[in-house]
Amino acid sequence: MTDFAAMIDSRALDIIISEYPVARDFFLNLNLPRLDASLTLADALEAASDEWLEEFGLTRSEIPDQLAQFLSSMTAAEIVRPISSLTILGGIDKDGNAENAELRVDAGTVISVVGPTGSGKSRLLGDIECLAQGDTPTRRTILIDGEAVSEEDRFRLGGGIVAQLSQNMNFVMDLTVAEFLEMHARSRAVAANPPAGAESLVGACFACANALAGEKFTPDTKVTQLSGGQSRALMIADCAYMSHSSIVLIDEIENAGVDRAESLALLTRSEKIVLISTHDPLLALSADKRVVIKNGGIYKILETSDEEKESLREIEKIDRLLGAARAALRGGERVTTSVSR
Amino acid sequence: MKMITVAGPPSSGKTSVILRLAECLDGLRLGVIKFDCLTSFDAQRYRDAGIPAQLGLSGKFCPDHFFVNNVEEGLAWGARRGIDVLVTESAGLCNRCSPHIAGITSVCVVDSLSGINTPRKIGPMLKFADIVVVTKGDIVSQAEREVFAWSVRQANGSAQILSVNGITGQGAFMLAKKLMQARDTDALAGARLRFTTPAAACSYCTGETRIGEAYQMGMMRKMEYEQ
Repeated sequence: MTDFAAMIDSRALDIIISEYPVARDFFLNLNLPRLDASLTLADALEAASDEWLEEFGLTRSEIPDQLAQFLSSMTAAEIVRPISSLTILGGIDKDGNAENAELRVDAGTVISVVGPTGSGKSRLLGDIECLAQGDTPTRRTILIDGEAVSEEDRFRLGGGIVAQLSQNMNFVMDLTVAEFLEMHARSRAVAANPPAGAESLVGACFACANALAGEKFTPDTKVTQLSGGQSRALMIADCAYMSHSSIVLIDEIENAGVDRAESLALLTRSEKIVLISTHDPLLALSADKRVVIKNGGIYKILETSDEEKESLREIEKIDRLLGAARAALRGGERVTTSVSR
Repeated sequence: MKMITVAGPPSSGKTSVILRLAECLDGLRLGVIKFDCLTSFDAQRYRDAGIPAQLGLSGKFCPDHFFVNNVEEGLAWGARRGIDVLVTESAGLCNRCSPHIAGITSVCVVDSLSGINTPRKIGPMLKFADIVVVTKGDIVSQAEREVFAWSVRQANGSAQILSVNGITGQGAFMLAKKLMQARDTDALAGARLRFTTPAAACSYCTGETRIGEAYQMGMMRKMEYEQ
């Protein structure tokens, strides 16, 4: 761990900023952009007027500590180790009956979660999100790499370990696809100088998103103007390439202009642990196993059988047929019997 | 009694988060003091949910000064009502304000739809919070959630960032868990605000509405425009 306090004491601001470009943001946040960067922070602050500092509620003695803390939190954000397995230990259903279930999910595998609406699928995803330790209403326990998670780690990892994708999610930032990906890369790679591999990572992520999307888009498209399918494709590619989260929880990907099977394959290739809540047979059967939820509890855990894999091929054919019919409709063609062949 | 200060921009979801929090308190009695400026409908939302609530409207006074002048009596009210967890909810603050008190667990609620640089602009109510609750994360992309969290960390590197869905209550459980670590507070006399309140004692503070140099008296600050 870098001793930021010592560095800030001894080095000129411009050297600190060239080594940690993110430090520039700290001064912008504090409305302190006009310091003399050839001096150390303490000396530069001496030159700033008392009145100015007071107006903005700043004290000379606190700012170096705040910068040290800022740099350590900005660089520490990167330390999220990848995890290799997640284990769900059963709790109780809505009536208090024991689930008697234990399910281990390894990195690079997909588990689907099926069951009627309101049966408790989201609850299971919620338990994983908060890394439940027998303390949620379902009394389930989530183990990471086979071990219980301490209270401290639950908060520390919280939000960093689980990525979520749902049908309700939209892009809201007023940025182009390229700007957006660069910004996300920058928020991930702040410690490195220059952001290691960010340039190529952005390119790879963009190409992948385009491959998943039914309709192509350019890097200068605003993210808010992407179609549903394009948005979904970009979110999935971003999740695979940019997100540090090892676990991906997906709440249904509808067949809206995005290659679902390839999306799942991409996430598993990225060594993610994928749980997908779905009613879609194509997605459910693409998973290695499926968890059936009933009355708030895990009712069954089924491995996808060989016969089901056979059925999946039939379902894929139907899916392709529907896809072709859809493409014909959109292209202004007649949906003839030849489309189905 | 545990005391918690909750602040955040208007419509960021403070009341919804507190209502969801109430459902996760395992039988502890929650009470809320809502501080607002001119109008508020939230006290009724709390009462409808069976939560004792008091409403304080600052009216013509600076909301931040109004908060400091009334918070101590609020604590006494909580004690009289046998409340276990007392939440003060402040809305209508300017970005210069912050109701957070040293030693009292403080929460800032921000809305992920509010713009990527918003956490950096909110100021002391976010900068000096112990916990930053990010709402409405279920409708923005995961990537934007991550960038937004990064933006929060820029403004406040030490806060615990939690995502809470004010509609479904997802995340409220972890917030409750965190808040239960707050220490008990019996008195506020002598406690200090984490950040100074805005200073003003000028003619406009006392009801002046006319514009013009002739009407400006007292403590005020002039901008420097370019020539």
